[in-house]
Formats: sequence, C-alpha cells, structure tokens
Amino acid sequence: MKKNSVLRTSGIGKYFYDPVKFKALDDITFEAYQGEFLTLIGKSGSGKSTLLYVLSTMDTEYEGDLFIDGEKITGQTLDKLAAIRNKNIGFVFQFHYLLPEFSCLKNIMIPALKLGKYSSKEIEEQAYKSMEVLGVQDQALKPAAKLSGGQQQRVAIARAMINNPKIIMCDEPTGNLDSKNTQIVFDIFQRISKEFGQTIIAVTHDNDFAKASDRTIELADGKIINHDLKF
Amino acid sequence: MRSVNTEIALTHLLSRKRQTLVAALGVTIGIAMYIFMNSLVMGSNRYQDNAVFKTTPHIRIYKEDEMSKPLRADSSGNNKTVIINPKISNITKNLVNPLKLLEDIKKQKDVTSAALFVNANLFYNNGKSQLDGNALGMNIMEGNAMFDIQSTMVDGELKILLNTPNGIIIGAGIADKLSLKMYDNVSIISSIGVIKLMKVVGIFKSSNTFTDKSKSYMNLAAAQQLQGKGPNYVTDIYVDIKDPEQASKFAILLHELTGYTAEDWQSANELFVAGKKIRTIMFGCISWAILLVAGFGIYNIMNMTIAQKLNDIAILKATGFSGSDVVKIFILESLIMGILGTCIGLVFSSISINLLSHVYIGADIGYFPIQFEPLVTFQGICVGMMVTLFAGYIPARKAAKVDPIEIFRK
Repeated sequence: MKKNSVLRTSGIGKYFYDPVKFKALDDITFEAYQGEFLTLIGKSGSGKSTLLYVLSTMDTEYEGDLFIDGEKITGQTLDKLAAIRNKNIGFVFQFHYLLPEFSCLKNIMIPALKLGKYSSKEIEEQAYKSMEVLGVQDQALKPAAKLSGGQQQRVAIARAMINNPKIIMCDEPTGNLDSKNTQIVFDIFQRISKEFGQTIIAVTHDNDFAKASDRTIELADGKIINHDLKF
Repeated sequence: MRSVNTEIALTHLLSRKRQTLVAALGVTIGIAMYIFMNSLVMGSNRYQDNAVFKTTPHIRIYKEDEMSKPLRADSSGNNKTVIINPKISNITKNLVNPLKLLEDIKKQKDVTSAALFVNANLFYNNGKSQLDGNALGMNIMEGNAMFDIQSTMVDGELKILLNTPNGIIIGAGIADKLSLKMYDNVSIISSIGVIKLMKVVGIFKSSNTFTDKSKSYMNLAAAQQLQGKGPNYVTDIYVDIKDPEQASKFAILLHELTGYTAEDWQSANELFVAGKKIRTIMFGCISWAILLVAGFGIYNIMNMTIAQKLNDIAILKATGFSGSDVVKIFILESLIMGILGTCIGLVFSSISINLLSHVYIGADIGYFPIQFEPLVTFQGICVGMMVTLFAGYIPARKAAKVDPIEIFRK
C-alpha cells in the first residue's frame, strides 16, 4: 500500500535564547503518513515537546520548512495558522484543558462551531457519536469539572476529533492517567488511526506506550537519532 | 445563528453572575452620576439664562457716550493751541431714524424679535418720600414677548397699560417703600426735570430685589415725554435671536449694520457667564472622574478574568481561534457589562432626576430646575460605551497575545 504523507518537515531547527543561546532542535527532517500512530520519545530536554509545538503550528519561530497535507505552513499569517489548526489538527495534552463553564458536549462542539461548516444540530449529533465511541456519552451534559481524569481525557480526545482533522497531536496524553485509563486511551488512539485513518503524533516518555505504536522516533539533544526505534 | 464567540462570552458572564453584576453596577453609578450631574448643570444654567433674559435682551443696541475731542495744535505755524479736558459730550442718546434701523434688523436672518425702547432715569415721588430709579418705555406686548413680564406680575394686568397712556408698572419694592397700591397716583420727575403724574396699573416682583426697588415699565410715549422728546426719540433697540450662544458674533454684525454699539448679553453679564463655565467644568470633572472609576472597575475585572482563564484562552487558540476572536470574546463581555450597567444607570438617573425635580426650593425658582435632558442622556450612553470599550480592549488585547505554548509547557 502506498503511504500518503500528511506531514513533512525539512531541516527544522530552533533556538532558545533564554537564559543563553541554545539549539533546541537541529535539522529535523521526517515524514508522517496517513493512518499512522507515531510516537516521539526522548529524554527530558531532548526537544520532543519543542518539536511537537513546531509541528502544531503554534510555534512560528523556527528555521526550516513545515508542510501539512502538502501545503507549506511556514510563513503563513497567525490567523491563517489558526484556521489550519482548526481544520487539520486536533490536540490532546497531558491535562484535559476543558473549559470549566461549559458542558462536555459544548466543549466538544466548540472547535466545530468555530469551523462553521455544519449546523449546530449536525455538530451535536457528531459529538454524541464520538462520545459513544469513547464511552462518555452519559457525561454529555455534565460540566467538564465534574468528570474523573480518565473521562476528562476522553472528552478532550472527542474534542480533538470533532472536525475530523488529518492529524491528532498529543503531548504526554497519558502522563496524568492510571494504567487502566492509559490502556483505554491507547486503544482509542489505535482505533482512531486504524478505523478513521487519522494520523496520531504523540510525545510520550512511556516506553510501553511507544512500543505499542506503529513507529517511534527517538530524539536526543534536538536531533533525531532513530527514525524507527525497535524495542 | 449565534456565533460561537458570542456564546463563549455569554457563558463566561453567566457563570459568574455576581462579578458581572458588580462590574455593571460600577458603570451604573458612573452613568447615573454623569447624566444626573450634567442634567443638574444644564437645568440650573438654563434657569440662570432665563433669569438673565428676563431683564437683558440677547443684544442691546444703543449709542455709547462719546468723549469730546481735544483740539489739536495748529499746524499752520502760529503756535496757538486750545487745550480742553476731554468730557462726555452732552449729545442726546437717541438713535437716528430708529424705525428704519428696526426694519433693517428685523430683516436679518435668525432675529426672532426686535423692539424699540426708551431708557429713562427718574425719581418716584409720593408725598415727601422720593425714590430714584429708572423706567423702561416700550410697547408692553413686545416687551412681554422678550422678558416675559407677565410671569412676574403680582398685581394688575399688562393690558391695562395699553389703554392707559399715563399708566406705570412698578416694582414691588417701590410699591412697598412708597406704600403704593393699584390705581394710586405717583408723581414722576425725570432726570431733566419733567414732572408727570402717573397711575399704577401693575406691580411686578422679579428675582432681583434691586430691580424691584428701582425699575418700572411704561408706554413708549410716556417715557419719551419724560425725556422731553417726541415720538422719534428711542435710546435702545433690543434684539432677540434664535440661539443666544451666538449673540457675541451676531452683535458684531449688528454693530456693522447700524453703526451703534451692540452689546451681547454675555458681555453685559460676564459674572453669570463665568459662573456657568465654572459650574460646567466642575461638574464635568466630577462626572468624568466617576466614569473613569467605573472604567477601571471593568478593566480590573476583565484583567482578573483573563488571568484566571489563561488555560482556556490557550486551548481556544490551539483549537483554531485567532487573536481577533479572543479580542472579540472579551470585548463583547465588557460591552455586555457596559450595556447592562448603562441601562440600570439610565433608570437610576431618571429616578433621581424625577425625585429632585419635585423638591421645592422657593422664591421664584419654585421646584428644582432639573429635567430629563435628551442630549445629556445620549452623551452619557456614548461616553459609557466608550469607557467600557476602552476598559475592555486593553485586557482583551493582552488575552489575544497569550502564547499557548507557554501555557501548555508548564
């Protein structure tokens, strides 16, 4: 099967200037493919999160080029980048970052309401569907703060999926979860990438989690030292 | 369809109703005070202006006293020079061809009314008691249109004067001092010595006791007779114009038109005008200060909100909300607080204006001179909105600049 590239970087480098000039990323070139469950690992300070934020389009201060879905991202205006994130990228972080005043349902719907492609009724149906997939449909109308950690993370994943993004980016998605919930989240990611063909790029320091993914890229001192780590 | 930005803003506000209300109440007090104080100033200014216009026309045209000119040295060379002391030249004060002047003035745009008057200094005599004062000779109906004399009348009727050639309307102070009643006779001696017996056909009481003790109104012909002059003798033309504030400009125009001195009411009542300015500035400062405090209230609460919501802002930006969306959300929040506060403020100011307008002051003021001022209200709403917009914009911009990565990496 031919692999479709959904994200490509060429020669990405990044400096930190505070407290001293320091090269955080050095000549990062790799590709991520459609339906791939990709993990980024490395020691603390290896630059894996820094890389993820460059890929996320939220960090714009880097050298080299970034392409998402064949479109060059580097050099776009901030508003354009926001629109690209809205459409093409879903995010899952270590903490859920759900808006506390809103119900779980609304939290999931907000990115889709922002996209404005479907009516709010259609979006609501879609949100219920993905909540069902994630097993949190019973929590739909509760405020986000009332849920358990595992449930919150699953709602956050549903929010990441609502616009059917090409890529879901995760920063330590299981860092705050117990082993049972970690397993649940992992299974969900597997399903998303296999069943829905979405690419998952996850930063993790959990080797078991990485081991079970499709491919693992290892970073050290801002460089890729292994494109396809075998455990 | 309601935009998602609006929905987020509304949810934020509704989830902390108390804070929203407190910020709104700040605006309420600011707006209410602004409208109330400025209405107060406007009301009392209007009252004072009206009081001034009861005795002063917008523009008075008269002949200024001329100084006699000293003779110059003879330049022919025989060194004879006549030296005299400059004095007021004792020429009569009448305006030449007053009817023509009046006609010309009435042709001017914006002139609402103009009339001929004769000012005369005189003494009121009753038996042995004598009182000095001055009389204004006029067509009483024209004078009434200008000064609303009718409203100050405590006895008698203006109409009686029309039918009584030797009638006189005197101030209440004169009536008291000379113990004069209606239809009593009073002997008048003018400054040039003409004596005339006149009949009291009315008594007025103005807000100024000095006026009441000295002033009287009579027919134009009677005043002319007291000056020993015929029907062409007129000392003043009083002119009222549409907008009294334009009087000083208009006075220059009338001066050029007639060639006589044209004095606008502002320069005739500089103290009044200065007092008005002081009042306006003073209350303006106070009301702006209160509004500013209200603005700071909103600024403060928005700042706090944004500091508490850094995480929310970060995730909104991550999921595709742009900086301008974030600005819109928070501006909308402060605008809603501002609108809410303004609405309550309008109610409060209306209530307090209404209450104060029923407070009895006494004298000829009667009730407190305050009323609903559409202009001030409109200004209040605009200023209130401006302050809240500004107070909301600064924190909102800060929110838009939040760097999500910094939040996520913590």
